[in-house]
Amino acid sequence: MSEEKSDLIDVQINGEWHSFPKGTRMIEACRQAGVEVPHYCYHPKLTSPGNCRMCLVEMGMPPRPRPGEDPPEPDENGHLPISWIPRPAIACANTIAPNMGINTESAMTEECRKGVMELLLANHPLDCPICDQAGECSLQEFSVEHGKGESRFREQKVKKPKNVDVGPRIRLDDERCIMCSRCIRFTDEIADDPVLGFTDRGSHTVLTVYPGHELANNYSLNTVDICPVGALTSNDFRFQMRVWFMKETKTIDVNCATGANVTVYSREDKIYRITPRQNNDVNSDWMPDSHRLNFHWIESDARLTDPLICDGENHRLATWQEALATSADKLAGLEGGEIAVIASARMTNEELLMTNRLIKHLGAGHVDTVTRMGEADGYLISADRNPNTNGVKLILGLDDPGSQIESIKEGIEQGRIKAVIALQENLVEDADFSAELLGKLDFLLTSYPLANPTADVAHVVLPSAGWAEKSGTMINVTGRLQRLNKVIDGPGLTLEAWEIVRDLIQATGGGNGIYSVTDIFTQLTQEVSEFEGLTWGQIGDLGIPLIETGETIPLLEREKERVARGLIVG
Amino acid sequence: MSFAVPSDLEKEIDDRITHYPVSKRSAVLPVLHALQHHFGYIEEAAVEWAAAKLELEPIQVLEVVTFYPGFRQSAPGKCHIRVCRTLSCAMAGSYELMDKLCEKTGIDRSGVTHHDPIAVSADGKFSIEFAECLASCGTGPVCLVNDDFHEAVSDVDGLLSQYQ
Repeated sequence: MSEEKSDLIDVQINGEWHSFPKGTRMIEACRQAGVEVPHYCYHPKLTSPGNCRMCLVEMGMPPRPRPGEDPPEPDENGHLPISWIPRPAIACANTIAPNMGINTESAMTEECRKGVMELLLANHPLDCPICDQAGECSLQEFSVEHGKGESRFREQKVKKPKNVDVGPRIRLDDERCIMCSRCIRFTDEIADDPVLGFTDRGSHTVLTVYPGHELANNYSLNTVDICPVGALTSNDFRFQMRVWFMKETKTIDVNCATGANVTVYSREDKIYRITPRQNNDVNSDWMPDSHRLNFHWIESDARLTDPLICDGENHRLATWQEALATSADKLAGLEGGEIAVIASARMTNEELLMTNRLIKHLGAGHVDTVTRMGEADGYLISADRNPNTNGVKLILGLDDPGSQIESIKEGIEQGRIKAVIALQENLVEDADFSAELLGKLDFLLTSYPLANPTADVAHVVLPSAGWAEKSGTMINVTGRLQRLNKVIDGPGLTLEAWEIVRDLIQATGGGNGIYSVTDIFTQLTQEVSEFEGLTWGQIGDLGIPLIETGETIPLLEREKERVARGLIVG
Repeated sequence: MSFAVPSDLEKEIDDRITHYPVSKRSAVLPVLHALQHHFGYIEEAAVEWAAAKLELEPIQVLEVVTFYPGFRQSAPGKCHIRVCRTLSCAMAGSYELMDKLCEKTGIDRSGVTHHDPIAVSADGKFSIEFAECLASCGTGPVCLVNDDFHEAVSDVDGLLSQYQ
């Protein structure tokens, strides 16, 4: 090894030499070399107890010369011969050493895996046909690759508790549990709610919630994700859909400014499940239950599916052309100072750029967005429950979003403001506009996914896509630009908000040549300096840092500290 | 009945904890032994008391209590009998000894399970369970009554009369 590479260690994996930083775990070295080491208990974000034994590999070191014997000669690359140790080592909790040899393909390694699989399956129920985990089960997968194909176990399998209510959102099947302890470590190390443990250790080991407690913290469903088998299942998802039928779409969570990266599982325009997607700069491998489960409204009966026009008392169905023409008519006679546009920090950057065009085109004198502030939870949930406040600041140029809402109310009250365009916001419920106040307006247009009290008093109601039904980009609390990807088609005649605003601009006499969300992104890169030089593809699945906000995500900071202390791989 | 640890027991426990200066967690076994020795068994409140004492989570203490068959989670009789059933004693007649002890003390073991191995007599005087090797394989069958060790037990009446 040369001088400048002294912090790198040479390791031979399956006959090939590789270099890794000092302190790398054997299992991570193998992964980086493209060699898979099967495992159950190891998780890079949790401590490694080394209890499943699935990652056993054959390991070797240079032979130590006997007294009087010459030390072994290095080859032309400086590598010493390897003397293989006759017992296996776990790859998850051991770190590499100089000139170490790892063999994941040897007869000994295969024999170890076969043995571990046989023992794990001895008491595991063979209920895969009705198990939710089937299709994404490590035990199933490793059975195919490393199992024996038949069992020599002829005795009665051990009976353990089944269908146990461990918390409001999770059910436990103790017979399926392979005692990897990932859930125990997660609740202890990440969620700070150590209610899980193994009792009656031995042949009857059971995963238990401490009597009188439940697994109810707002991160509990992450234990279902990291359970390698079907022991922990989500009440919301269990028995709803076989996992292999679902389409996976990578997108982001929009329930707060953190913008957790997620995978949305859907089939035929119905969402079944959302799971966190690893992004070490945003949400690590986790997400809060409250955000994960907030998707059922997407298929609510209250969804708006057609444009509506109010003829005197009642709303009636209209075509898009009619609704847009009516809106253009109503706006035509108004001065800019008589028009207020209230947009949303739930809109994508692209929607906000189109909104900005609309504002300029109409000369609207009053512009704001609705704020949603809550409590930060000290883990992943940001105090800002809007996903794109940073986008609002950059693109609409609002320094202090929400600060104009009161003066807009006053303007309506005094009759100065005659028309309000409320995009993706429900002013009555989320911004304390009274229906009576809105009734004073000559013209109220709103676009929203759901029927709501603001739409009730609006002259024109435009049905818009929900977050899973549209694409675009958003900027999270740390200033990271991330992509929201369309998962399913919206119901009925809904349009994405950027299409609605584009069509409004066109209907009111403004022209543009925008046909797709990427067209708008290209214009963003030309019009907003922070976006200069960016391409849609460059953002990728994990996003890119766009601006400095000085904000951090508490859970990530704690994980970084644990990595620095060598407790976890990260 | 509320759970309260008398001050002299707490003092003894505090003293035992000082023997483990690196990690209080290591003191969990001696603390549980002291609690069981005093109360006869380890109830849920005792688990929580020990957890608070050792700055652990209750589940971490419960894991230990449920692992060792020597720790009881329910009240035994006034005299608790453990009959060895490991190989040498089994061959020397420990199962017969168990039957005889049950007959004489009026204990019904039909409700005994893997997780609930102790049977108690109706009058609460005696309780009984099988134990693994008590380390006297040459003199089976052997049993422990409370902390007294009895070897080559043949006279069950004589044995029990010492504890009437």
